[in-house]
Amino acid sequence: MALRNIDGRADVAGILAILIVTLFLALFGASRAADAAFAIQMWTLIAATLVGTAMVTGILGRGPSVDQSSRYENGVVKAGVVASMFWGIAGLLVGVIIALQLAFPTVFYFEEWGWTNFGRMRPLHTSAVIFAFGGNVLIATSFYVVQRTCRARLAGGLWPWFVFWGYQLFILLAGTGYLLGVTEGREYAEPPWYTDIWLTVVWVAYLLVFLATIWKRQEKHIYVANWFYLAFIVTIAMLHLVNNLTIPVNAGSWFSYSLFSGVQDALTQWWYGHNAVGFFLTAGFLAIMYYFIPKQADRPVYSYRLSIIHFWALIFLYIWAGPHHLHYTALPQWAQTLGATFSIMLWMPSWGGMINGLMTLSGAWDKLRTDPVLRMLVVSVAFYGMSTFEGPVMSIRAVNSLSHYTDWTIGHVHSGALGWVGFVSFGALYCLVPWLWKRARLYSNALVEWHFWIATIGILLYITSMWVAGIMQGLMWRAYNELGFLEYSFVETVEAMHPYYIIRALGGLLYLGGALLMAYNLWRTARGDVPARERAGDTPVTAPVAAE
Amino acid sequence: MADKIERDDHSGTETTGHEWDGIKELDTPLPRWWLYIFYATIVIAVIYWVLMPTWPMLNSYTRGLLNHSDRANVAAEMSQLSAARGPMFQRLASATPGQLVSDPELQQFARAAGESVFGDYCATCHGAGGAGAPGFPVLADDVWIWGGSITEIEHTLRVGVRSDHPDARFSQMPAFGRDHLLTPAQINDVTEYVISISAAHARLEPDMNAARRGAIVYHQQCASCHGADGAGDRNQGAPSLQDDLWLYGGSRAEIHRQVELGRGGVMPAWEARFDPAILRALAFYVHEMGGGEPEPAPQEPTDAAALAPPQSSADAGRAMR
Repeated sequence: MALRNIDGRADVAGILAILIVTLFLALFGASRAADAAFAIQMWTLIAATLVGTAMVTGILGRGPSVDQSSRYENGVVKAGVVASMFWGIAGLLVGVIIALQLAFPTVFYFEEWGWTNFGRMRPLHTSAVIFAFGGNVLIATSFYVVQRTCRARLAGGLWPWFVFWGYQLFILLAGTGYLLGVTEGREYAEPPWYTDIWLTVVWVAYLLVFLATIWKRQEKHIYVANWFYLAFIVTIAMLHLVNNLTIPVNAGSWFSYSLFSGVQDALTQWWYGHNAVGFFLTAGFLAIMYYFIPKQADRPVYSYRLSIIHFWALIFLYIWAGPHHLHYTALPQWAQTLGATFSIMLWMPSWGGMINGLMTLSGAWDKLRTDPVLRMLVVSVAFYGMSTFEGPVMSIRAVNSLSHYTDWTIGHVHSGALGWVGFVSFGALYCLVPWLWKRARLYSNALVEWHFWIATIGILLYITSMWVAGIMQGLMWRAYNELGFLEYSFVETVEAMHPYYIIRALGGLLYLGGALLMAYNLWRTARGDVPARERAGDTPVTAPVAAE
Repeated sequence: MADKIERDDHSGTETTGHEWDGIKELDTPLPRWWLYIFYATIVIAVIYWVLMPTWPMLNSYTRGLLNHSDRANVAAEMSQLSAARGPMFQRLASATPGQLVSDPELQQFARAAGESVFGDYCATCHGAGGAGAPGFPVLADDVWIWGGSITEIEHTLRVGVRSDHPDARFSQMPAFGRDHLLTPAQINDVTEYVISISAAHARLEPDMNAARRGAIVYHQQCASCHGADGAGDRNQGAPSLQDDLWLYGGSRAEIHRQVELGRGGVMPAWEARFDPAILRALAFYVHEMGGGEPEPAPQEPTDAAALAPPQSSADAGRAMR
């Protein structure tokens, strides 16, 4: 009988308990639903918990089992790689659509489909690329790296799978919610209260799986990548909890009121928002850098001391920098200056990661000519260095008075997002697929070359057009004539942006095109169109593994 | 695994002796330039803390040696601006339209003020430069629904059209088709008649038999507002039908549709939003766009309020950024 799988499995019992409690809460919510959007969300949750229960108990198929073909748990990492690629392309596609909406607002406006409106698609884009793509890359790589660098199989039995599927459910609830008009209206934290609670459950499971794996490690020391992963997981948990302290109006509504009000609420949001950049998009991806660059370059990490100092400096300073998002607002001036100075002090700690990434190449620079994957990883670090210099510059109040609210900010974000986060993720995925699917190499290095160059041109078009557009926009807004009247009306500044918006959309399109080449290349690699080869150290277990 | 310190061949630096999954670490010291720039940024931050408002205290915050305050700066800049512009605003508010058109300096000021406000508040509907859009009248031509003198334009600005202002300019064309006031055949006929009396007749070549039938309908239903000859009536806000300018489009189908639906847009009343000097500047700017008309010989008594001087010069320019 199917239920035999549950016998004596604490992990299965724990996951089932969560699923069943969630199922009943969702049924309760659905029965109280005040509007269609909430009802749809609750029924999605009900369906997901039922499917989850079926998967865990083995009612559908053979149920949970342990793959012993490697000493490490590879299945969940493989699933994470596939999910990353899927969400990456989805998120980039939505990005191209909203870029086109900005460039051609009358062409890409569909009155009868309200859900395609820019206001709903924009959070869909940001959440899809940051949390769906970035989050899956982080979960997949962290599960891969922590096992190898601890020489320990992933802890928790089925729990890593709960983390993976639970996280996909979070993405599904959040994304469909946006399209239904369900939002908390907090930037990068738009999901409503119940989705936040679900993510909290998943995130705690993630933290425990990660900690338990480190706990049973067979290495004396903890590798630097794992410090960064841990900092990312712990800080995101804290940020998520505080920023989402809201009070739902009732159990049948997705709507909730923030615990904070006014400028306190704004500061909480940007404390969260900036540290989502700092700990999700920086610390997490630095962890990826610290494993995949030395691995792919086959060189030792440049400086252990630098890694310690810049790690702690980064962790300590980043958390204070959020107020620079609120320059010249109702936020008290002292908080603004404090935020700006901490941002300036953050420059070198950020660059510590860049130095360690780039200098690890010393002795292996020649590999950049022949290995496009390594080149992608290294260029990502260069973009990281560029945007972490630009950030402190933009945090200076005098600079910010020009840059704030303009597309310069958008350009800055995307040099970090496309150049750093995107490229380091692509590099890691290009490494992981042959390793996980036991292939001697990628299907085509030439396609990686194409991906690299198309995407790099795309990034350059994107960020240069946004620099020019943003600075022009800022200068037009502040231009006064000799009689003391504004020189330009708002709509004239919008009109002036038009050519740059087209260039930006083209840049995004190129970047998406590169990602499609990558997906094809990875699919051909995984399918087995290249010779097989086991990755050293991933051999099947001969001695009994530590108890699951 | 191997806790053994090695020397790296390439750099000559020792490793730390740790190894994870084949990854080793060099024991390279911190790059000096990195460290010194890091110290320098800390020094800059500390200097900044001393000079500027920075650290929160129990009931206040450290003010900094420079005693810098954004609020004070903004207040100073605003008072500087209103000192620079105030006298001109006052002159503008107290000038009669006649004085305005004979004072080049005041005109230049009114043009600049009007352009600035128009761009952000009016161009949204009336288009940049008053080019108009379907349903939103062109302001750059010499065709006026409610009057094209500075005084009339200013009055329209103050009270709006079909707005919630008690004295709003108000006209309502019946929806002859939607409300079944005329049969479809009658609407076709009256459309042909309207085309035949307008400057569009050469372009659209009306069916004269239908137009003759439509003339009867026109004189029963339309002439009371649009006039027996279709010249329109500004007192009622009824547009002229003699020209070839059409608020809701000039194709046969669009004219037909307007007879069916009798659409009329809303223009907000700006009286509460802008002070009199700004309204005067806007009226002058719109008047100058192309088709402004001279002031009618006798001043209309209803416009006396618009010509009253502002309460104080500080009020002038209140709504200006």
